[in-house]
Amino acid sequence: MAFLKLTFSKNKRDKLAQVLWILNWVSVVTGILLFSMGLFLKVEINKRVELMAERDIQYVPNMLIAVGLIACAINFLGGKICYDCVDTTKFLRWKLILLPYIMCTFFFTFCVLVGALMCYSMHGELEESLNLGLTEAIRFYKDTDTPGRCFLKRTVDLLQIEFKCCGNNGYKDWFQTQWISNRYLDMSKKDVLDRLRSNVRGKYLMDGVPFSCCNINSPRPCIQQQISNNSAHFNYEHQTEELNLWMKGCRQALLEYYTHIVQSIGLTVLITWLFELSVLTGVRYLQTSLENGLRQGDLNSESDGWLLENGLMETARINLNIIKNIGKCNQIDTANNGDPNIDVPSSSIAH
Amino acid sequence: MVLLKIKFTQQRRVHLAQGLWLLSWTAVIWGAIIFCLGVYLKMELLRRDEVMDNTEIHVVPNILIIVGLASIGTNWVASCVCQDSLDATRFPRWKVLLLGWFPVAAVLCCLLISVVVLSFALQGRLEESLKVGLRNGIRFYKDTDVPGRCYQKETIDRLQMEFRCCGNNNFKDWFEVQWVSSRYLNFTSKDVKDRIRSNVDGRYLLDGVPFSCCNPSSPRPCLRYTLTDNNAHFNYEYQSEELNLYSRGCRQALTDYYMELMNSTGPGVLSVILIQMSVILGMRYLQTAVEGIMALEDPEGESDGFLLEKGVKETMEDLKVKALIMLQFWLVDPIASEGSSEDADLEKAEKEASPTPAS
Repeated sequence: MAFLKLTFSKNKRDKLAQVLWILNWVSVVTGILLFSMGLFLKVEINKRVELMAERDIQYVPNMLIAVGLIACAINFLGGKICYDCVDTTKFLRWKLILLPYIMCTFFFTFCVLVGALMCYSMHGELEESLNLGLTEAIRFYKDTDTPGRCFLKRTVDLLQIEFKCCGNNGYKDWFQTQWISNRYLDMSKKDVLDRLRSNVRGKYLMDGVPFSCCNINSPRPCIQQQISNNSAHFNYEHQTEELNLWMKGCRQALLEYYTHIVQSIGLTVLITWLFELSVLTGVRYLQTSLENGLRQGDLNSESDGWLLENGLMETARINLNIIKNIGKCNQIDTANNGDPNIDVPSSSIAH
Repeated sequence: MVLLKIKFTQQRRVHLAQGLWLLSWTAVIWGAIIFCLGVYLKMELLRRDEVMDNTEIHVVPNILIIVGLASIGTNWVASCVCQDSLDATRFPRWKVLLLGWFPVAAVLCCLLISVVVLSFALQGRLEESLKVGLRNGIRFYKDTDVPGRCYQKETIDRLQMEFRCCGNNNFKDWFEVQWVSSRYLNFTSKDVKDRIRSNVDGRYLLDGVPFSCCNPSSPRPCLRYTLTDNNAHFNYEYQSEELNLYSRGCRQALTDYYMELMNSTGPGVLSVILIQMSVILGMRYLQTAVEGIMALEDPEGESDGFLLEKGVKETMEDLKVKALIMLQFWLVDPIASEGSSEDADLEKAEKEASPTPAS
């Protein structure tokens, strides 16, 4: 009892082949789309690689790029096969390749699904990476004279301006690090020395933030220094002041940005997966109906097409047996003929 | 004496029509590109509308938009004419339209040339407009509570950060203006009172700049107050410090940006002018060749194509005479209803009078 059997006349088969040819070319285009989305994600991640700690997040865009390229190749081949299936002589060329092609494509669609799911699972790793990366960046903000870190200040400033954020979780992160280099501190002044002595690690900490934290929408010129001191500024209350600095943390801002990109990509990959699956179903029907037509001896008559020759359970059982017997190919079957190494006298004694 | 005569065989005529058809479709595409360029330029100018005093510079994108649309229409008509030119039954209906087509196409070329000229000539006006606009923007920076000016601060801050510039000519423009609103000044403080009394207008002036002037590429955290006082900051020299703030003025930055934008449209406009002129020349040859062949009534034969039937001087004379006749006709016409019958009688009398001496 075949699984999901359908009958195909010659006309229907030809139309199916033509439609599948067009759909395969559409799939090539979606493969290119996947490739370009993977490339875009890779470029976006590399743009801010200085703010991300070493974590395994490059695997997502790499997977998308690989899947996109393989999809292009597979669907290109599929298009060629379907185009040739209309013509009997050309179909015979592809007869032997068709079943392996379908199996490869079936496993490939699994890869596409895995790619889509990876997009959604990236969130946790990304957050970890950004958290650590931003903490480091804020710590090394002042090191504009250290090779390898001299552009970190510029990167962090431009990030805070572009993403409208301040610090890792909030602006208070800047209160806990020394972001003014010692080169610019007058060590002979009393209040500088007081500040340095006021904490265990001897760092110059202050309740001030860099200029890039300033909020453009504030009606008041930006207050960057002595933020927690209400009396230092006229008509100012730091607990209720919301428009002076950017309130969002940069980790949150970057995470939202990347999540948005990755979720849109994930949705597109899921839709591509469904499309690929439907094209594969069509190709399977085409293959089985053509092979049945060949078996009947007349390709111009009606033939049946199905997804599986026997039902689901039967097919599973048969495949399991095949897999079991693969392991036994080196073993000798002693059941019927006995061990051929031992001389068994023949049963007929009559001479 | 014909101007630039070329002989056209049937084969040549066909090639000319096909080539001209392709060229006119290319011109349609280029016209669309010019239209898009004009729209883009206009949008960019409108985005910074608040720091510009007048809209004189808008004439450049306006002309580009009009020319783009007109060029699409004109060249589309040209392609239709080319398609019909080899068919003797369909070509005559385009004859009258072609008389009007040539002046329109010539006007388009002139407008395009004027755009190129204007984009250079209006640079001075653009700078003036920006100077006044930015001066006002800086002056009203503090008025975030005045309706109509409350977004001036945000506009100027965004502008300075995006274009990496500070002030009108340079950052010292901020020293001459009170950019901290009185709402945030503590009038009981001695320092504030001193500053206000230190100048004639009673304004709170300081040698400081807003945060948007800060340069992120500076190795040092931004210094934006007491800039002229070397002792106020450690290891700081006001005269030689270059990286702390943006050194460019916003007027210069914006002028450079818009000039670059208009100059980059230059090659596109020039190629459209060239293509349009080739279309005009080709169309003239095609028109005269096809009309010649229609006069001969032999579709397979040879005909002449030319630019002008008579020489340049003679054609100008002809045009002058025609224009005068049209003018006279137009001037005489309103009075014609009263005077024409009298004139006709006079003419009749003259005619009757003249043969009598002969007979």
